[in-house]
Amino acid sequence: MTSGSIRRSFTAASALAAALFGTAASADPSPYQLNMQPGASTWSHVPYELNNWSFGVCVVIGILVFGAMFIAMFRFRKSRGAVAEKWSHNTRLEIIWTTVPVIILITLAYFATGGITSWADTTGSQMTVKVTGYQWKWRYDYVEYLGKPISKVGFMSKLDTQSDQTRQLGSGMDPYAVKVGNENTYLLDVDKPLVVPVDTKIRFIITGADVIHSWWVPALGWKLDAIPGIVNAAWTNIKEPGTYRGQCAELCGQDHGFMPIVVVAKSKPDFAKWLAEQQAKSAPPAAPPAPAAASTAAAPKTAQIAPVQSASKSVAAKQG
Amino acid sequence: MSHAATHDHHDDHHGAPKNFFQRWCMSTNHKDIGTLYLVFALLMFFIGGSFAMVIRAELFKPGLQLVQPYFFNQMTTLHALVMIFGAIMPAFVGLGNWMIPLMVGAPDMALPRMNNLSFWILPFAFTLLLSTLFLPGGGPAGGWTMYPPLSLQSSSLAYVVFAVHLMGISSIMGAINIIATILNMRAPGMELLKMPVFVWSWLITAFLLIAVMPVLAGAVTMLLTDKYFGTNFFNPGGGGDPVLYQHIFWFFGHPEVYIMILPAFGIISEVIPTFARKPIFGYKAMVFAIASIAFLSFIVWAHHMFAVGLPMGAEIFFMYATMLIAVPTGVKVFNWVSTMWGGSMTFETPMLFAIAFVILFTIGGFSGLMLALVPADFQYHDTYFVVAHFHYVLVTGALFAIISATYYWLPKWSGRMYSEFWGKMHFWNSVIWVNVLFFPQHFLGLAGMPRRIPDYNVAFANFNMISSIGGFLFGASQLIFLGVLIHGVFFSKKKATDRVWEGAKGLEWTVPSPAPFHTFDVPPVIHDDELAHGHVND
Repeated sequence: MTSGSIRRSFTAASALAAALFGTAASADPSPYQLNMQPGASTWSHVPYELNNWSFGVCVVIGILVFGAMFIAMFRFRKSRGAVAEKWSHNTRLEIIWTTVPVIILITLAYFATGGITSWADTTGSQMTVKVTGYQWKWRYDYVEYLGKPISKVGFMSKLDTQSDQTRQLGSGMDPYAVKVGNENTYLLDVDKPLVVPVDTKIRFIITGADVIHSWWVPALGWKLDAIPGIVNAAWTNIKEPGTYRGQCAELCGQDHGFMPIVVVAKSKPDFAKWLAEQQAKSAPPAAPPAPAAASTAAAPKTAQIAPVQSASKSVAAKQG
Repeated sequence: MSHAATHDHHDDHHGAPKNFFQRWCMSTNHKDIGTLYLVFALLMFFIGGSFAMVIRAELFKPGLQLVQPYFFNQMTTLHALVMIFGAIMPAFVGLGNWMIPLMVGAPDMALPRMNNLSFWILPFAFTLLLSTLFLPGGGPAGGWTMYPPLSLQSSSLAYVVFAVHLMGISSIMGAINIIATILNMRAPGMELLKMPVFVWSWLITAFLLIAVMPVLAGAVTMLLTDKYFGTNFFNPGGGGDPVLYQHIFWFFGHPEVYIMILPAFGIISEVIPTFARKPIFGYKAMVFAIASIAFLSFIVWAHHMFAVGLPMGAEIFFMYATMLIAVPTGVKVFNWVSTMWGGSMTFETPMLFAIAFVILFTIGGFSGLMLALVPADFQYHDTYFVVAHFHYVLVTGALFAIISATYYWLPKWSGRMYSEFWGKMHFWNSVIWVNVLFFPQHFLGLAGMPRRIPDYNVAFANFNMISSIGGFLFGASQLIFLGVLIHGVFFSKKKATDRVWEGAKGLEWTVPSPAPFHTFDVPPVIHDDELAHGHVND
C-alpha cells in the first residue's frame, strides 16, 4: 500500500465521517453545532480530517478501556461474592498496551506532519495582505496582487455599529435582532470586511501594533498570532466566493471579544473591479505618499521573518 | 538516623498546645500544618469557585447583563490564579504534609519550622492578590498566563508579581521539605521501591516544583522590571521579544500542569487497590510512568504556543514530544483498570470519585491528544475546546482526586466516619453536573467560540446556557461537600476504626484513628505484607 493510497483512503473515510457527524458546509457557527467545520480553503480539510480521525481513535480506545472498566465493576463486585485475586503483573499485556498506542500515535503524527509542511509553505503566493491587530480592531493593507504592488489600499476594520450598541452593558437591545439578511451576525460583523479573490494563493503577513492578538477565521482552517515586533506569515486559498467570519483568538484586553474578522471572497473579476475602485478612491487627490509609508513604517523595527519585512519595506520604497 | 535530631524540635510530647494561636500559628506539627493547608485550599476553592459563578452567569445568555468586559477578564484571571495556586497546589501539599510522614513511618516532616513558614506565607500572598480587586485599577485582567505586552498595561501588576513570588517561595520550601522527608526520614525497611505510589508521585512532583518555580519567578520579575525599571525584555520597541516571555512562562507552565496531576495519580493508585482489595497492577511501571511523564513535561512547553508562528521544525518536535506523553499516561490508565480486574470491589465515596477520575481524566487526555496535533490545534487553540480540555484534567482530574483523598483519609484525620449517604449525594451531583458544565464546551470550541470572551454570537447560546446551568449546580453541589466535611470532622457519631477500610494497606492505617498528635516516635517495624502494594518482588 503506497502512501498515496493511504492518503486517499484517509480522505475518503474522512468524508464518510463528515457525513456521519452531519456537519453542514456552512462557514458560520450554527446553534447546536457539534463538530468543527470542514472550512472553505484548499487546506482547511487538514485540521478537519485530523480532528475527525483523532476523535475516532479516541472513541475506539475509550470504548475498549471504559468497557473493560465497566465489565470489571460489574463482575468483580464484592456484593456478587467476588474474591480478590493476587496477581499484579502481566508482562505480555503490558508490552501490548505500550506498543499499540505507539503505532497509533506514529500514524497520526505522519498525517499531522504532512499537514504542517503544507501549511508552512507560503511560497508561490499570488497576493499579499498585511494584517495588523490593534486594541480592538484590525487593519488590512493590500501589499501586492499578481506580482504588482498595490499602493494605498488599506483600511481599519472594526465591529459593526449595531453589534456595538447591542453589546453595551444594560443596552436593553436584543442580540437576536442583529441580522444581515437571515443570518445573525451579532459580534461577527464589521464595518469594512477584508475582500479577497477566490482561487488565489494569498499570503498573509500578520503583526500586532500594541499587544498580541490572533487572527482567526475558522473557515480558513488556522489562526496565527499578531505579535508586536514580529511578522508572521501564513497562506490561504479560498475555493468558493462567500462571507467567512472569525474573531480575535488571543486575549488582548477589555474588548477582546469585540473585534471580529470578516473575509469576503469574490470571484477574480469581481475582486479586480473592487480593487480598482479602492485604488481610484485613494488615488485622485494626489496625496503625498506619507500615509501609506507611515502605515508600513508603523510596523515595528524588529522582525523574526526578515525577508517579509524587507519585502514590505521595498514596497514602501517603490511607493515613495 | 535523624530521629534524634527531630526530637529537639518538639518541646512537648503530650499533645497539641491548648492555646489556639500557639497551636495553629506557631505549629511545627505536620498534621496541624497539613490541616491548615487543606482548610486554606478549601477556602480558596470556594473563592475561586465564586469567580467562576460570575463567569458562568455572564455567559448564561448572549449580551452583557451583569459585568463589564474588563471585570469579566479580572474574573477569568483570578479564577485561574486562585484555583491553581490557592486551591489545587495547597491541597496537594496539605495531603502530602499529613500523609507522607504517616506513610513512610516518619515522626514528622524533616524541616518542621520551614513547614510552618511555607504555609503561613500563603495567606499573605492571597490577601495581596485578592486585594487588587478593591484597588482603583482593579485586579489583574490579562489572563493567568500574564502575557506581555497586555499584562504590562495592568496597574496591579506589581501586586500580582509579588504574590506570585510569595507563592513560589512557599512552594519551593514545601518541595524541599517533602524531598528531605522522603529521602531521609523513612523508617528502616521502607525502601524506595516499597514506598506507596502517592509518596513516589510527591517525590517526583517536588523535584518538578524546585525546577520550575524559580523560572516563573524569573519571568514575572522580568515583567516587573519591564514595567517599572525601564528594561526591554519583552518590549519590541527596545529590542525585546514578547514571545520570549511565552517560552519562559510555559517552560514553567507545562511542568506546572504535571505538578497538579502527578500527586493525583498517586492518590488514585492508593484508593483503587484499597477498594478493589487487590495490589496495584504494575507498581514499578506506575512509578516509572510518573517519572517519564515528569521528564517529558520539560520538553513539551511550546505546544501551548503552536499559534505564535513557531518555525516548522519546532512545531513538529513539540508535537511528537507531546504525543509521546500519551504512552506513559496510557500505561497508568490501563494499570488502574487492571487493578480493578479480578478484584473484589466495593464502591464507597472515595472509590466512586477515583473511578470517575479514571474515566473523566482519560477524556481530558483524549482531547489533549487531539490538541497535540498541530494542524488541528490551529483550530482548537484558544477556543472553548481548550477550556473543556483543561477543566476535564483539572476539575475531574486533580480536584476529583483531592476529593477522593479527602473522603479516603478523613476518618483517619478526625476519627469519625463521614456520612456515606451524603458523600454519595455529593459524588453523583458532582459527576453529573460537572459533565453538563464542561462537556458542551467541547462543542462550543469546535464551532468556533474563542476563550476569555464575555459575550458571544447567538449561535453559541444553547450550549452556553446548558454549561452555565451545569456550572451553577456543580457549584451548589460543593456545598454538600462542605456539609459532609463539617459533619464528618465535628459531629458524626460513628467512630472510625484504625484500619477504616477493609482493604486498606500501608503504615498510615496502623496508627489509631484519629491519628495522635505525634506518631512514629519510634520507627515502626515494616512487614512487607502490610505495605500498600504487597510484595514488590520483580
